Amino acid sequence: MQRIVIFGATSDIAEAAARDFAKAGASFILVGRNPRALDDLCADLKVRGAASVESRIADLSHVASLPALCNDVQNTLGIVDVALIAHGVLPDQQVTNDLCMETLDLLQVNAVSPSLLMIEMLRIFKTQGRGHLVVLSSVAGDRGRPSNYFYGATKALLSVLGEGMALQHAGSDIKILVVKPGFVDTKMTAAFKKGALWASASDVGGAIVSAVAKGRSGVMYTPRFWALIMLIVRNAPSFIVRRM
Amino acid sequence: MAESEITHASWGMYPPEPQHMRKLTSRHAGLPLTGDETVLPYGAGRSYGDSCLNTGGTLLGSAALDHFIAFDAATGVLTAEAGITFATIIDTVLPRGWFLPVTPGTKYLTLAGAIANDVHGKNHHRVGTFGAHILSFELLTSDGGRRTCSPDENADLFAATIGGLGLTGFITHATIQLMPAASAFLDGQSIRFGNLDEFFALAESSSVNYDYTVSWIDCLSGGTSLGRGHFLRANIASSDLVAARGGKTGAGLPLSVPFVPPVSLVNRLTLRPLNALYYQRQQASVVEKLWSYDQFHYPLDAIAHWNRIYGPKGFLQYQCVVPVAVQREAAHALFLEIEKSGQGSFLAVFKTFGAVKSPGLLSFPMEGATLALDFPVAGERTFALLDRLDAIVVEAGGRIYAAKDARMSAATFRAGYARLDEFRKFIDPRFSSGFERRVMGK
Ligand SMILES: Cc1cc2nc3c(=O)[nH]c(=O)nc-3n(C[C@H](O)[C@H](O)[C@H](O)COP(=O)(O)OP(=O)(O)OC[C@H]3O[C@@H](n4cnc5c(N)ncnc54)[C@H](O)[C@@H]3O)c2cc1C
Repeated sequence: MQRIVIFGATSDIAEAAARDFAKAGASFILVGRNPRALDDLCADLKVRGAASVESRIADLSHVASLPALCNDVQNTLGIVDVALIAHGVLPDQQVTNDLCMETLDLLQVNAVSPSLLMIEMLRIFKTQGRGHLVVLSSVAGDRGRPSNYFYGATKALLSVLGEGMALQHAGSDIKILVVKPGFVDTKMTAAFKKGALWASASDVGGAIVSAVAKGRSGVMYTPRFWALIMLIVRNAPSFIVRRM
Repeated sequence: MAESEITHASWGMYPPEPQHMRKLTSRHAGLPLTGDETVLPYGAGRSYGDSCLNTGGTLLGSAALDHFIAFDAATGVLTAEAGITFATIIDTVLPRGWFLPVTPGTKYLTLAGAIANDVHGKNHHRVGTFGAHILSFELLTSDGGRRTCSPDENADLFAATIGGLGLTGFITHATIQLMPAASAFLDGQSIRFGNLDEFFALAESSSVNYDYTVSWIDCLSGGTSLGRGHFLRANIASSDLVAARGGKTGAGLPLSVPFVPPVSLVNRLTLRPLNALYYQRQQASVVEKLWSYDQFHYPLDAIAHWNRIYGPKGFLQYQCVVPVAVQREAAHALFLEIEKSGQGSFLAVFKTFGAVKSPGLLSFPMEGATLALDFPVAGERTFALLDRLDAIVVEAGGRIYAAKDARMSAATFRAGYARLDEFRKFIDPRFSSGFERRVMGK
């Protein structure tokens, strides 16, 4: 039985991954902000086969409380097999008014908080000698594009941090997986027009669960064709990226 | 609140009218109404015609209300949100020995969609409609109401909402009684029959010992073989039988029609040889079978988006029922009309309904024989043929299924549904649909 903690558990991708983990009888601690949404997900996962589900209500942008939260998770689960870090926000860069304050907030939620959780969970995994850390980054972190470079910058931080950790622990039982989804149809992207490149949250959630089952470490693009797209985008001349 | 524009919103892709969609995000929130628009709940769009469309108004999408709420594996009582699909329910409960009490021929519909059309399955002759297995549901109405409805509580609203075509309010979640299932397989027979008399004899002799019956009819053959086809009858298999016969479940969704081709791939040239081929495929007159539940209940789900083969004009599905007292004569007249026209689809589905009463005011099934088939939209002659079929059905005292309809007249609807006036009192003033405006006007 896998023991799993999910930070930002009610995000669509986390929820989809949790449902797949639940099918196999996992035990969960779900961390999130909205008590009702957490209760709904707890009930859902139990019906789908979870062995046990607990929730913790927390504002993850209060970074000072994160070490205690991680200790609580470890004490409750005993061993933590998988930690999925999935919280984050997607600001509309076009309508940002107070750039300075909003950038600080964004950095706190999307970058500082998940980084601290990565560091804390890695510390716990080292004491266990094993564990799988999965962090939700984004293809947006691969290149600064005019439309969303603030968001992209926060994801770039997570990608680099996770990639470095993965390389450092390569060959050991501590795995770090950086997930870079392309366009995903979720609550966060509800206002966007959808086309052929869009994946569903359950596709991405399923990809995460099977990557964990295979013990994958390093960077994963999902759906896979995004690896190719981003290879091109990373190497495209600036005059093209300017229009993206 | 997520708003979007969608096309091809009903399964028949007809009428081809773009829709404005607003998705609900939580069952705890109130109805998201703005201005004075009309709204209509929307599930998975597995209805064929305009009963799931609200052109000029807004659809209230349930896709994100897809949580289970509770399941008791000892009693088979399941509570889940409106937008959960039958596919997800089966995935979750079948490994624990339960199955849906009633399922239509697709598993990609939603729980609330199944209530709103009071769907039926191949076991109607034994257990009635889906509505007969609903213990309760919660309904949101535009006056701000949030009511629990069950046979004992708000019983009149309960009856109106079952088969109520989404017009009485928005269902947030429902509790249903599942049915025990010893395995994921069905065992029984496929029997070739040569005409309608043989069909009715088989239906009668099978109704006692088989929980599930259905037949496929070759609508293009006439004369003495009018109404020839294959009769399938089955029960859920015991786990011993499955082990002995080595049953294997097929993989899900192997094929898909990826886009709408420019013209319909279904026409006279492709149909006649296909139908004849299907009829003759099975050489022996009786074949023993072991089906996975997917093969038996959901053969069409094996090809995702099969509806697209009809091309951009879309297609019409026609389903009627005629009462038991006149079912032979009426069925004969219907098949004769279809055979003469040469317009019928690859295969028609034919089955007898039983006498179990549904709680729903506008429920479609009645004791008798039901026929369902597809027609590519081939202009006026298609509509004229369907009007002639309607006349036969009305004359026989039968009715047409709203879930499949995009063209019946108001008079045909009124003739079939005796409790329509009683139902009207329960229509929420802010709720409407293309179907309602077309056939329920006073
Ligand atoms: C391949 C195939 C085979 C089929 N076989 C059968 C069959 O054997 N027997 C049968 O009975 N039907 C059959 N159908 C029809 C199908 O079962 C019904 O049309 C069903 O109602 C579709 O459900 P849906 O979730 O897709 O809802 P939709 O088609 O989106 O909506 C159907 C109705 O439900 C209402 N509704 C949806 N959500 C809610 C809600 N939350 N609250 C209140 N009302 C709501 C809508 O307003 C609408 O009136 C078949 C359809 C297909 C595509």
